[in-house]
Amino acid sequence: MEFNDNHVLGLKDLLYRMADDLLILGHRNSEWTGLGPILEEDIAFSSMAQDKLGQSLAMYEILHELGESDPDTVAFTRNAPQFHSCQLVELPIGEYDFSLVRHFFFDHQSALRIDMLTDTVVEPLQMAARKFRGEIKYHTMHADSWLKQLALGSEEAKIRMQQAINETFPYALGMFEPSKYENELIEAGIFAGEAVLQNTWLRVITEKLNAFGYTLPDINDVTPVNGGRNGIHTEFLQPLLDEMTEVFSIDPGADW
Amino acid sequence: MSISREAHIKETLEMVMDPEIPTISIVDLGIVTKISSEKEHTAYVQLTPTFSGCPALKIMEDLVQQALISAGYTEVKVETSFETQWNSNMISEKGREGLLKHGLAPPPKHDGYIELDVLSDIACPLCNSRNTTMQTPFGPTLCRSMHYCKNCSNAFEAFKPIY
Repeated sequence: MEFNDNHVLGLKDLLYRMADDLLILGHRNSEWTGLGPILEEDIAFSSMAQDKLGQSLAMYEILHELGESDPDTVAFTRNAPQFHSCQLVELPIGEYDFSLVRHFFFDHQSALRIDMLTDTVVEPLQMAARKFRGEIKYHTMHADSWLKQLALGSEEAKIRMQQAINETFPYALGMFEPSKYENELIEAGIFAGEAVLQNTWLRVITEKLNAFGYTLPDINDVTPVNGGRNGIHTEFLQPLLDEMTEVFSIDPGADW
Repeated sequence: MSISREAHIKETLEMVMDPEIPTISIVDLGIVTKISSEKEHTAYVQLTPTFSGCPALKIMEDLVQQALISAGYTEVKVETSFETQWNSNMISEKGREGLLKHGLAPPPKHDGYIELDVLSDIACPLCNSRNTTMQTPFGPTLCRSMHYCKNCSNAFEAFKPIY
């Protein structure tokens, strides 16, 4: 089918959501480099950061093919209100319980979104999704094994993990804030939509959390923290961007 | 299209080694996904990354470019694409031997699905024992995991299976 202007706008919004989430969470993950509670975790978060940056670059490249600026310009010269990332990814790394729970919520979302996109009609996105699938598998396996182990740990570990789950859940729901173009994306066969993704995600994580011995708050008692997809961010995003782009801003034309 | 020129390009690329693992060529690694030559002295090569975030890919593009120019090609185009997605089964037998020579355990073959337990008893590249344990599925580069051999008491790395 021929795409009209709204289909293209919807596709761009979808790509920006994914690319910006991956860039910002990749940056946050990299903040554990050198600080992880044990060496293996230091390496794990650093590796996942690198995967996420690689994946975000691939998404920015598709956007570039669609007429947006080149990846460096898009990644390094926008301000917070121009980012389509959800608020979940910009929150500071906090304690390890929070970082692990965010990792669990985000990466299961990312894995399921990618799975849905392995048969999108948008060819470059379909090919990239088929590539990312195997990489993300290592991220979800890592998150699962830590949530499981900590549930079997001390009373303090269990309490802190459960508390992190309760506090992070409203932000996690913000990952699924509907796009203005949901109907266009669905009708064109680009993406089956945020609502479908959220339902699948809820089913998957509820099953896992229950099996590990945690409980997920009742979704009816929770207000999703939306806004990020429309450029409304917490006070934490702009300082992150300032830090991330500090070197680039000194000499934007520098040859690396 | 010329079969003999394409064969020559492939031969040339068999001499281009992975910059991080000098015992395996990029052809045996399975990342060369297309080769063509429309007319004399022209070469087109398509590469695909092992991992999307692999920083060695740019270096490999340059190495391919240089190798082909040295081999007499004057118009060389090297492109990276996800058109054929790399998976670890694409490493050739010769490539698996090359990994071992570098002290890296080759990835277990998979059938399109991977769970962590496939990494739990990788054969040790030093003593070949399967009495090993995985320390972490993440390693010094994106494509490696870290293991410990309970038989010869050595730590070792493995090339990760990926689908």
